[in-house]
Amino acid sequence: MEMPARRVLIESVVCHDRLPSFVAPALCGAGKRRSWPLANVIKNVAIPTVAHRRRTARRVARRTPVRETRTVSPISRGFHGRRSEVDPARVPPGQYVTPDFPVLSAGPTPHTPLAAWSFTVRGSVDEPVSWSWDELQALPSEDITVDIHCVTKWSKLDTRWTGVSVDTLLADVQTSAEYVLAFSDGGYTTNLPLEDVRDGQAWVAYAYDGEPLDPEHGGPARLLVPHLYFWKSAKWVRGLELRQEDEPGFWEGFGYNNYGDPWKEQRYAGD
Amino acid sequence: MDALDGNAIGGMLRSAFGEEMTAATGVCATCGKPNVLAELRVYLRAPGAVGRCRHCGNVVTVLVERHEVTCVDLRGLAHLT
Amino acid sequence: MEGTALRGRLTWQIGTVIELIQETARTRSIVLDLPEWRGHRAGQHVDVRLTADDGYQAQRSYSIASAPEDGHLEITVERLDDGEVSPYLVGELRPGDALELRGPIGGYFVWEASLGGPLLLVAGGSGVVPLRAMLRHHSAIGSTVPMRLLYSARTLDEVIYRDELMKSAEGAIDVRFTLTREQPEGWRGYARRIDRELLAEVAWPVDDRSLVYVCGPTGFVETAAEALVALGHEPGRIRTERFGPS
Repeated sequence: MEMPARRVLIESVVCHDRLPSFVAPALCGAGKRRSWPLANVIKNVAIPTVAHRRRTARRVARRTPVRETRTVSPISRGFHGRRSEVDPARVPPGQYVTPDFPVLSAGPTPHTPLAAWSFTVRGSVDEPVSWSWDELQALPSEDITVDIHCVTKWSKLDTRWTGVSVDTLLADVQTSAEYVLAFSDGGYTTNLPLEDVRDGQAWVAYAYDGEPLDPEHGGPARLLVPHLYFWKSAKWVRGLELRQEDEPGFWEGFGYNNYGDPWKEQRYAGD
Repeated sequence: MDALDGNAIGGMLRSAFGEEMTAATGVCATCGKPNVLAELRVYLRAPGAVGRCRHCGNVVTVLVERHEVTCVDLRGLAHLT
Repeated sequence: MEGTALRGRLTWQIGTVIELIQETARTRSIVLDLPEWRGHRAGQHVDVRLTADDGYQAQRSYSIASAPEDGHLEITVERLDDGEVSPYLVGELRPGDALELRGPIGGYFVWEASLGGPLLLVAGGSGVVPLRAMLRHHSAIGSTVPMRLLYSARTLDEVIYRDELMKSAEGAIDVRFTLTREQPEGWRGYARRIDRELLAEVAWPVDDRSLVYVCGPTGFVETAAEALVALGHEPGRIRTERFGPS
């Protein structure tokens, strides 16, 4: 085996292959500092801000790559991927429209039986409030058609969902909180400003295209917040935690943008 | 969707560390059990590549390619040999 | 050569397609000329990246099908019905086209003489690709390490490298097939999905401490690995590589 037999305690190592190489300090069990002599390894707790050209938000599809690539990739003759031709005004910068509905996941698909399922609003509220599956189904629901944009660059237009507006779920909630953390089965979380899930901007969706939402797409219910990148539309959602302080969710904590506006191409932290 | 394994993130790891990492063993920070990085449960179809402990399922490593740079987070590992 | 294959920057290289070989109805081998290639170890893979004319990119990993001793680099690709990259590589790519890739990648799912044996290679479908690189390497170096291949495919027509494997079977390599969906008349090989009993018959005795390489779809790999461990084989001597749509 090529790896040297050295025990190293690693804390939040973030590696960038473009930065000049230097040695990362790492804590060893005894509290002494020892180094991990890898090229280009730095110890960091926050993703550094990368300076880049300002871009004004444009509602036009960007047809050239955003950043200069180090090597110029050859065009693969005859390769088109799975994209469709659409009105560019509907496509945020850097996105490509697909007719498919890709399944993306950070972990195994949870399978919570409906009898055990509940949705809870908790946190900076007088009292947490919960709905069982039947209770959620009994709430007024809406059929909506929206475009969705994934940070991995695919967009899907005119997707049809059925769900309960988050406004309905927050109707009787008194709070001074400014943030929410959506939490899901399987441990996934994502954070948003509270105002971004109000005023007709967010739903707890349980049907897609007229059918019960498939588990691999987040069923039985997912959060749906189409004006932000789709990682904010937490699959397998089980509730919202209202908070005074913002708390980064799963992808936000791994370098993705805290807000995620596709029209400003806010993919990563610092964008 | 079935998970792949750490072989599938071999390129990203190699790109970030400058050397082969799939044969390295990491101890899960959650359950304390060792994982050869090649044997992690890997979810590739996501905004980043997620490697989970084969024993307890908790996240061991997340790799994100942002603007041509591979960022590796190893917070889920207690030791890496 | 080992050192250069492991260290150094992993950069994207541009190769030229020299030859395309239709292996089965759904799989095709792509032989490449890569001026900057510095060699590889049997079992490693490459990442392939395609770029459309509007900048859209897609990237996938493919195992190297050739041995380090073979003149050119070869990968074998199976066309996935709803794939984005594989239909292009299997259906559209032509000799003379450029292909961007980086590699070789992998330091775990590799075999070379210093690792010894005896060897059991267990292939599910296109999982045979990196194992074929190991078979070719074993032959090229004149290794006397006992080697056995168990290859699970749906039908005989779907067996990749069939002629080559039959020929190896006439030599020193023990090649066993199991055809899970359909068997030809008079078929005397196995005719079911791998299970504990089948592996008990095919695997080396536990005391031989064989090295096992299992490659294929995730479900296949996990069934095989679990069965081998249950039969008493050391988990540390079973190496796995899972394939899947990505």
